[in-house]
Amino acid sequence: MGVLEVSVTGEAGDFWLDAGFEAGSGITALFGHSGAGKTTILKMIAGMTRPKTGRIVAGGRVLFDNEARIDLPPQGRQVGFVFQDGRLFPHLSVRRNLTYARWAGKRRATRPFGEVVALLGLESHLDRSPATLSGGERQRVAIGRALLSDPAILLMDEPLSSLDQARRLEILPYIEAIRDETAIPIVYVSHEIDEVARLADTVVVLEQGRMLAAGPAAEIFGRLDLGDTLGHQEAGALIEGVVGAVEPEYGVALIDAGGARLELVGEGFSAGEAVRLRVRARDVAIARQVQAGHSIRNQLPCVVEEIVKADPAFVELALNLGSQRLRSRITRKSAEEMEIAPGQEVVALLKAVSVERRVARHRRERPPQ
Amino acid sequence: MSEAEATVVILSAKVAFTAIVFGLVPGFAVAWLLARGRFRGKTLLQALITLPLVLPPVVTGYGLLLLFGTKGPLGSFLENTFGVVFAFRWTGAALAAAVMAFPLLVRPIQLSIEAADPGLEDAARTLGASRIMTFLTVLLPLALPGVIAGAILAFARAIGEFGATITFVANIPGQTQTMSLAIYSLLQSPTGDAAALRLIVISIVLSLLAIVASEWFARRLARRRG
Repeated sequence: MGVLEVSVTGEAGDFWLDAGFEAGSGITALFGHSGAGKTTILKMIAGMTRPKTGRIVAGGRVLFDNEARIDLPPQGRQVGFVFQDGRLFPHLSVRRNLTYARWAGKRRATRPFGEVVALLGLESHLDRSPATLSGGERQRVAIGRALLSDPAILLMDEPLSSLDQARRLEILPYIEAIRDETAIPIVYVSHEIDEVARLADTVVVLEQGRMLAAGPAAEIFGRLDLGDTLGHQEAGALIEGVVGAVEPEYGVALIDAGGARLELVGEGFSAGEAVRLRVRARDVAIARQVQAGHSIRNQLPCVVEEIVKADPAFVELALNLGSQRLRSRITRKSAEEMEIAPGQEVVALLKAVSVERRVARHRRERPPQ
Repeated sequence: MSEAEATVVILSAKVAFTAIVFGLVPGFAVAWLLARGRFRGKTLLQALITLPLVLPPVVTGYGLLLLFGTKGPLGSFLENTFGVVFAFRWTGAALAAAVMAFPLLVRPIQLSIEAADPGLEDAARTLGASRIMTFLTVLLPLALPGVIAGAILAFARAIGEFGATITFVANIPGQTQTMSLAIYSLLQSPTGDAAALRLIVISIVLSLLAIVASEWFARRLARRRG
C-alpha cells in the first residue's frame, strides 16, 4: 500500500495520458523527456488539472475519483507543490510567503516555523522581498512554504531546472534533508538522470504519456530496455552499499555492496555509512579472468545475465553482482571475440565510480520500500 | 471660495466619487473577463467598453437619455422598482461620468491583471487558500497599482465630464451643474469672466493635488514591494 496511489487518464498537451503508479515513503521520481506528461500528472494530483477518468488517493484520503464523483478543490487536498519557477508572492516578504498557508489557508502547520526555517537555512532572509533573493534562495523559500502548509505529500516539479549547476548542488542537500528528517513522501519530477540517480528511492519512467516502468531505483537503472528514455551515454547501474573500512593513509574507502567489495577514492567516509554508488556502463570493462599488472583496483567477479545490442558498434551487458546489478557497455566486436554469453562468469573492471548519496548512520533509518 | 463655488466643487467631487465607487466593482469584473476570460464575443465586449472613449460625448449622453430618461426602458424600470431616478438629478450626472470614465478605469486594471501570473493563484490554492482568499491576498494586491491608476484616470475624466452630462441631465445649478458646466455657464454671461477664472484656478489646483497624491501613493506602493 502506497502513501500515494495514482491511476489517471486524460489529455496532456497533444497526447493521451494513461498512467498508474504507487508511491511509498521517500522520494519517488517521475522521469521522462520533456513533454512526457510528468507535470500534468502532478497538476492532476494537486487538483489544477482534472483527469478524464481515474482515481487519486493520498495519505488515505480520496482526492479524485470520477466514478464516485469525488473531486476535491486544490485547497482541500493538502498537497504541497514546489513549482519549477518558485512562484513566490512578489508583494509579500519571505516571512509572509512562508506563513501564507497559516494566515490565508487556515492550515495549521504541524512543523514549527523555526524548525523549517532552520532546516532550509532561511534565518537571515525572513524580512527580505522575494525580488532580492537569488534563484537558489527563492527555491528554498518555495520548499519551506510548501512544507509549512502541513502537506500529506510534497510534489516537486523540476525544482532545480531554473538554476545553474552550482545552485543545484546547493539545493540538493536541502531536499535530502527533508527526505531524511520529515516523513513526508515526495514526488519529484525531473528529466535530469543525475538528480534521479541521487535522490530517487522509487522511479517511474514515462514516455509520451505512457508508463514504461516503475520500481525501486536500482532495479530501474539496471534495466537494459529503457535506454531510449534513460539515455545510452549516461546509462549506468546504481549500487547500494555500506562503508566497511577506510584507509585514510591512501584516501580510500572500502564499500561492501551485497557480497562484493569496492575500493573507492574519497575523503571523509566513516565506517558504517550507507552510500549509493553509480557506475556508468561505459566505465565498466570486461575480462575473462582477474587480471594482474594494471592500475584498475576494482575487479569484480560477476555473471552475465543479459546481452542487448545497443547500436551497430556497441552491446550492453547486465551483470549479476551478488544481490546487485552492474551494467557494461562494450564494443560488439570485443563481445563477439570474447564469446560472451548469458550465464558466463566474467570479471567487471570498474574504471570510475561516483558516489551519489551518502547517508550517515546516525540518521533515522528509512523504512524499506 | 464663495458659497456658490463651494457648491460646484462639492457637487463635482460627489458626482465623480460616486461614479468611481460604483464603477470599480463592475470595472474590475470586466477587466478580469477581458484579461483572463476565453469566450466568444470578447472583442465585441472590448469594443463596447471602449465606445464612450471614441463616440462624441453628446451621442453617449443622448443614448443615456433614451435608455435612462423617465420614459426610457431602463429609466422607468429603475424608478418603478427601486425608486432610483437619473433624469435631471445629480445621480444622472454620476451615471454619465461613470459611463464616460469606464474605459479609462478598465484599461489599467486589465493590464495589471494580464501582468499578474495566474500561476501564483494556483500556488495559493495548493497552500489552502479558497478562491475568495486567493483573490483577496494575491490577485487584488497584484492588481492594486492598476486599480489606483485606473481610479485616478477615471476620476479626472469624471470631474471634467461635459458633453454627455449636459445632454443627459442638462445644466441645473446645485443639481447637475458640475465644474465644467459651471465654467461654461459663466463664460456664456458677459460678466462671468472673473468668476470663471476663479473656478479655473480652483480646478487646476485640485488637479495638481490629485496628481501629487497619486504619485506619492504609487511610490509608497513601489517601495513596499522593494
